[in-house]
Order: sequence, then structure tokens, then C-alpha cells
Amino acid sequence: MARELLKGNVAFAEAAVRAGCEAYFGYPITPQTEALEHLSTRMPELGRTFVQAESEVAAINMVYGAAAAGVRTMTSSSGPGTSLMMEGLSYLAGSEVPAVVVDVMRGGPGLGNIAPAQSDYLQMVKGGGHGDYRQIVLAPSTVQELIDHTVLAFDLADRYRIVTVVLADGSLGQMMEGAELPPMRHLRLPGERPAWALTGAIMREPNLVSSIHLDPDEEEAFNRHLQAKYAEIAAAEVRFEEYRLEGARVAVVAFGTTARLAKTAITAARAEGLAVGLFRPITLWPYPEVQLRALVKRVDAMLVVEMNTGQMVEDVQRIVAERVPVRFFGRTGGVMPMPEEILEELRRSAHEAEAAHQEEVSA
Amino acid sequence: MTVVAPEHAMTPVYEFPDSLTSVPTHYCPGCTHGIAHRLIAEVIDELAAKERTIGVASVGCSVFACRYFDVDFGQAPHGRAPAMATGIKRVAPEALVFTYQGDGDLASIGAAEILHAAVRGENITVFFINNAIYGMTGGQMAPTTLVGQKTASSPAGRSLVGQGAPLRVSELLAQVDGAAFVVRRSLHDVVQIRRAKKAIRRAFEVQEQGLGFSMVELLSSCPTNWGLKPDAALDFIRDEMVPAFPLGDFKVPEAETAGAAGAGTADSSAAGADAAGSAVAGRARRG
Ligand SMILES: Cc1ncc(C[n+]2csc(CCOP(=O)(O)OP(=O)(O)O)c2C)c(N)n1
Ligand code: SF4
Ligand SMILES: [Mg+2]
Repeated sequence: MARELLKGNVAFAEAAVRAGCEAYFGYPITPQTEALEHLSTRMPELGRTFVQAESEVAAINMVYGAAAAGVRTMTSSSGPGTSLMMEGLSYLAGSEVPAVVVDVMRGGPGLGNIAPAQSDYLQMVKGGGHGDYRQIVLAPSTVQELIDHTVLAFDLADRYRIVTVVLADGSLGQMMEGAELPPMRHLRLPGERPAWALTGAIMREPNLVSSIHLDPDEEEAFNRHLQAKYAEIAAAEVRFEEYRLEGARVAVVAFGTTARLAKTAITAARAEGLAVGLFRPITLWPYPEVQLRALVKRVDAMLVVEMNTGQMVEDVQRIVAERVPVRFFGRTGGVMPMPEEILEELRRSAHEAEAAHQEEVSA
Repeated sequence: MTVVAPEHAMTPVYEFPDSLTSVPTHYCPGCTHGIAHRLIAEVIDELAAKERTIGVASVGCSVFACRYFDVDFGQAPHGRAPAMATGIKRVAPEALVFTYQGDGDLASIGAAEILHAAVRGENITVFFINNAIYGMTGGQMAPTTLVGQKTASSPAGRSLVGQGAPLRVSELLAQVDGAAFVVRRSLHDVVQIRRAKKAIRRAFEVQEQGLGFSMVELLSSCPTNWGLKPDAALDFIRDEMVPAFPLGDFKVPEAETAGAAGAGTADSSAAGADAAGSAVAGRARRG
């Protein structure tokens, strides 16, 4: 496949098609609507399912049905819509069916605006729905990664029977960038649907896709089973990137678009002789905890940058546990942090770290 | 479990449907949920459709329908069964897909999902158990609760002012072009039960013919939350519910209305059929 100029929303929609998504259900919302529009022609063209649902509540439950029937299926939305999906996502988790959700985040709370933000970290990473559940969350920072993560999301969802979220933001959805689409995968044949799926009980006992366990002991046992699965995922599926961390005294911790902006700031800072680098979590759940903890020994300070008022920083603080100072810089409401602003914060962090270091030396 | 009439020693007159499991139901004595289950299971057997049927249970007393039917089953969030069934049917078009929903589930929290499943002409069958109450949560007011009916959350009786009149869902959905078959039946006596079974069969046939959305509303009892003995509860359906929810065919496929009442298998001669005259001819969809 050749590199082409692709808009983020169209790119992930087409990536889903190529990854073998057989059914898409969605509801228009900016800044992800181009994905829904692309699929409204692409899916029927290929004889696959596209339904514009009456709401995001309905969309996620249609996804639930198609997933229960054993096909690759997805929806995409943005904050006001993903909020409506929380009940459904909890049911999907509670019945262990695989599905992919792409959240192209925008400014909030409430109706907020349609400008880029990282407002849904807590909602998606901590589980905005009810009950003890997790979903894998991938955070792309380029259109190429948005494509790759969408394909990966389907594979991970199937492998673990779990909902996998691609957490993008409005700038990534709207941006046009050179990227390469994956080759078209073969669709699962009807006879290849998973053994647990609702396909009609031919020559087997009926299957049940349900999240109800009235007996508390049974529910507890089910939750233990889920936790064991989550532990397995946490051990095997952590993904992260280290950028210019060799010799760094200050590490920026940022994901998605913010990490990309931070890279520009880091290049400028390095030119000024500041020893700074970037730690970028790619999986927000499972979080690269072990790797971040190890980083504590290598740097003097951390700077968390987000397009919100401080959501991921709670995880960083928990993992760092006050062993090095953690500063936070965020722009919110749809405002993006500019590289110059991040650079300014980096200078401050670097000087603070230097001062602390001098104090230690003279003490 | 086979009971044989003594004079025809070898002819079974009653058999347990294959499409039901032997799990004892948790329904209260005198509750007609069990009758509805049995009728649906008998029809699935008659259509030899057990191996290609996929049911979707809702949230209500019938949440465990998934354990009682011996077919593949999903269990949807409260009100969302038509959306879940949509997802299933779209990727398994050869399957016979049905939802089983109470009146709180379908007419209140799930009003949007049922309406739009009909609008899309979704080729699924819906069994709508109208017992004028929220059974599972202990007898609160439903959108179908009768005016003046006392419930746990309308202790003074449902009032037209502030609470409104009962919602007649079948009449509402019959207005929707995508709905191919919408009828109301009752489970309060043997004659009505037999009519209900015919309608259930016809609804499934409409789906098999690809005609679009089909729904059978069944007036059903909740002796427990109505505070009535089982027989009095059946009388309550006949005397109080049927007048508020007239039985009849609100929408049947065009061929059946054109061929006059008796011609189709839809039973338009149901008691209280003042609504039958209002039957709207359905447009055949996705034939
Ligand atoms: C989102 C949500 N809200 C509320 C409930 C609680 N709830 C469970 S069943 C029910 C009402 C069921 O009534 P109906 O659909 O009429 O079924 P019935 O029990 O009468 O057969 C309610 C409100 C729930 N499970 N989920
Ligand atoms: S509470 Fe009512 S609807 Fe529920 S099982 Fe008992 S009688 Fe039936
Ligand atoms: Mg009810």
C-alpha cells in the first residue's frame, strides 16, 4: 500500500473496513462525523452493515447485538455520545463480547464545543459505566497510528473478548496527513464465528450472552474471572514510547496529540541544552506502570501535559508516589497547548530540578 | 412429559415444547408470562425454527427468559432489546430474531428503540407483555397503567393530570410505515390464548417473509402487584384492560387486508375488535 494524504476520521473508518469490521452503528457528532459518512457508502458497497442509529444509546446496543452474534463491529463518537454509551459498555464488559469504540474527544463538560480536547481520559480509562470493569484504551498521536491502532483494537478485542477504545481527539480526527492503509483482510465466514456467539443452536447447546448473575457468590466469581483476564492483559499488552530520554533530567509524560506537541517542545529544549525527553503511554489501560516507575530512577522531575485540567496526572502521581516532583500543565476547553508554552514549562521544570540538585550537592 | 387421552392410547395431545428448557420458572402463581413463553416456544417448534432462533430478553420479570427458552439468547439493557436485536439480525439475516419485553421496558425507557426499530422496518419480531405495571421492581406505575389504577408509585391512582393516560403502543406503531404486522391479543382465557398463538405464528411468518417489523402485544396478568388472586387477575384483564387496550389487528400486510379478514392467518376476529376496523394496510418491505 502506498502512502496517501488522509483525513484522520476517514483513515480510521477505512482502517476498520480493512480490519474486517462487518457492522458499523453510529450517530452523527462532530468531530468524528466523517467516519460515519465514509462508512455509509463503504459498508453497503461491500455488502456489510451500516446503520445510522437513533441515538448513541441505540448504537452501542446494536454493537452489542452484532458482537454477540460473533462479528467484528464498531461505533465511533465523541464525549456527549460516549457518555450515552456508558450503560451499554458496561453490559458489553459484563458479557465479555469484543467490540471497538473510537472516541474523537472534544471540549466539555456538557455540550462544550467541537474543538480538540483530552477530556475523556477518566471516562474511558477508569470506566465511566457501572461495575468493576476495564477496557483496553489506545492513544494514537498521528494519523498513521490512528489507522494502526484501529486494526490493533479489533485484534485485541477479539483476543481477550473485551471492548477496545481508540482514544483520539478532534485534531487527529480532522487533520490530513500522509499515512498508509493496511491491506484488506478476509472477512470471517459465517461458520467461523466464535463458539460462544449467538448463531442459532445447531448441533450444540444454546448459547447465552448475558451479564446477569443474581447470586452474589456467582457474581463475585465472575468478577474474579474478569480481574484475572485484566491481569493477563496488563502483563502482555502494555505499549509506550520513549523519546530522547537518554540522559534526560526531566521527562514529559503525555499521550496522543499532546505528546506530539511535546516532541516539538523537546527538540527546542534540547537545542537550548536542556536535558529533557518524553515518556508517552500508548496504552492508557493497561498503563505502562512498571516502565514509568523505572523512569523515576532516571530523571529528577516529571512534567505531565494534557488537553484537560489534569486527568492522567492522577495516574502519574500515584505511580511516582512523590519520589520525584510532578508538575502539571494543561490547556482545556478545546484549547491546545502550544509547543512554546510547553517549552516554557520545561525550562521551569529543568531549573527547579537543577536547583534541587544543587541544594542536594551543597547539603 | 406426555399426557395421552385414554381413548387414543398412543396419540399425544400435550407435549412439552422442545424450545423450552426444563428449568422451573420463577414466575408467580397466576402470572401469564409463562403462558406467553409456552405459546412462543410452541410456534418455534411448529416452524421447526429452534436451531435458527435467537431471542433477546429485556429487563423485567422476564429477564430470565433466556434460561427458559432452549434457543440462543441475548440479554439487553433495560429498553434496548430492539437495538440489540437489530445488531443481531443485520449480521444474521437468516436467523429468526425476537425480543421479549415488558411494558416498562418497551413503552417507557425503551420508547425510542422500539419506535425506530419499527421506522427502519427492522425485520424482527417483538413480543410485548403489557401488564400495566412494573412487575419486577415491585409494582410501580407503568406508561400503560390504567387511569385510577393504584400502584406502589401512584398510591392515589394514576391521574390524568400530571401522569397522563395509558400509552397505546400498538396503535402508535401501526402509524409507522416500516411496521408490517402489529396486533394486540390477550391471555385472559382459553379462546384469547388460542388467538394469541395464531398471532405469534403470523408475526414470525411475517419476519420469515422479510416483510418488516412485527409485534404482538399481549395483555398479561400480574396478580402479585395488582393485589388480586389469579382468577380475579384474569377478570381484571377482561373487564378493565381490554376496554382501555382494544384487541385487534392494527397493521397487517396488504395482501391480508385485501383478501378480507378470514383469508389471512392473522386473526382479526379477536374479541373487542372495534379496533380491527382501523387496521392500516402495511407496505410490504424488503420482500
Ligand atoms: C436503566 C435501568 N433502570 C431501571 C432498572 C430497574 N428496573 C428493572 S425491571 C424494571 C421495570 C420492569 O417492568 P416491565 O418492563 O413492565 O416488566 P415486568 O416486570 O412488568 O414484566 C425496572 C424499572 C434497570 N434494571 N435498569
Ligand atoms: S411480579 Fe407480576 S409479572 Fe412478575 S412474575 Fe410475578 S405476577 Fe408475573
Ligand atoms: Mg410490566
